[in-house]
Amino acid sequence: MSETLPFRPYAPGSQPALDTPAYVGTRLRHPKQAPVKIAQSITELSGPRFSPTAFAPLADMTRGAQGAAIGERIIIAGRITDEDGRPVPHSMIEIWQANAAGRYDHPNDSHDAPLDPNFHGAGRVFSDAEGNWQVLTIKPGAYPWPNHVNAWRPNHVHFSLFGPAFATRLVTQMYFPGDPLLEYDPVFNGIPDAAARNRLIAAFDPQITRPDFALGYRFDIVLRGRGATPMEA
Amino acid sequence: MPIATASQTIGPYWHLLEDESWADLTRLGAAAAHPDRRPIVLSGVLRDGAGDPFPDACVELWQADPPASDAFPGFGRSRTDRDGRYRFRTLMPQPVPAAGAPGTNALQAPHLALAILSRGLMHALHTRVYFAGQALNEADPVLSAIAPARRGTLIATPLGAHDGADGWQLDLRLQGGDETVFLEF
Ligand SMILES: [Fe+3]
Repeated sequence: MSETLPFRPYAPGSQPALDTPAYVGTRLRHPKQAPVKIAQSITELSGPRFSPTAFAPLADMTRGAQGAAIGERIIIAGRITDEDGRPVPHSMIEIWQANAAGRYDHPNDSHDAPLDPNFHGAGRVFSDAEGNWQVLTIKPGAYPWPNHVNAWRPNHVHFSLFGPAFATRLVTQMYFPGDPLLEYDPVFNGIPDAAARNRLIAAFDPQITRPDFALGYRFDIVLRGRGATPMEA
Repeated sequence: MPIATASQTIGPYWHLLEDESWADLTRLGAAAAHPDRRPIVLSGVLRDGAGDPFPDACVELWQADPPASDAFPGFGRSRTDRDGRYRFRTLMPQPVPAAGAPGTNALQAPHLALAILSRGLMHALHTRVYFAGQALNEADPVLSAIAPARRGTLIATPLGAHDGADGWQLDLRLQGGDETVFLEF
């Protein structure tokens, strides 16, 4: 497959709209003009490469200077592929999240929940040759936010991915199965297609779970594929 | 056939992954590797639909030229500060081939790609930075695709040399009368 083939457009309904009225923060931040469509050139078809030698992985987020972070240890594992099922190898993944109490180690987080001196909440891992990656962390707590009265974000972990090109850059969030807050969350529900939405919910996985140590969740990520499929007009 | 995973907002706490040094793409020895290139400082203020600057966005820069190397990452990330200002130090790009033009001489004017991520943005907004006064701007295929009245939202203005670098300014407006032209690709 040529490195210069363009990436295909996102499937209709699979991506959230910038204008999502239920998410109040979008009101003054969504452009009113339609985007200008451009052909992908080297600027879009190339992208940054990060190597684990220059960007040290941090695959265990549960260890602080004074000991173990508080909360439920979890392993999140998954595979990055493209829309043709091909692995996305050796690609950097950035991970950040709240602590077990639902508080970020961030100066702007004023939620009245305790900080954990042993949990900063940032990790970095790389996919292997087959696209597989995993991280050990703490299950994040839910937290309130000012979107509407009594608004709470569901438990979630933030993910940032690069893939092979600037056109494949993806920032997303992973959720947990069975979370009663999901149906009230305008960020999650901003994705129109239910199947696309539900793919942001990790699956509990007994194969990833380690006995007497940590529950395991699977979160597979798909980045844009190259080229139109032959059947598409 | 699997479809691409959905985007979600980067939220207000993305600074947990920030390394502020990344805003300087010349930090790894770019001057020695590319002595022919002028260092530039690009900055501007990011405003919302009310015209207010906002302070917690993540602005990412990518440039295909000069090619990324150990001495030059090609990629940078800047927060907007309390005044809504982003700021990068990098190298002036040279023209690169236009889309679908291998084997032809079609070139794009020197440009940088920007992605804006922020709370209130469900996915990244993409735009480009061009440089006022470049002869190739007139024929650039991306600028040419934009209505003339709005092209200026992608063209940085010179601020003069300072601290060994040419200063350039491009303010960004997410919504409103002088809304930045955003690109889809
Ligand atoms: Fe969050």
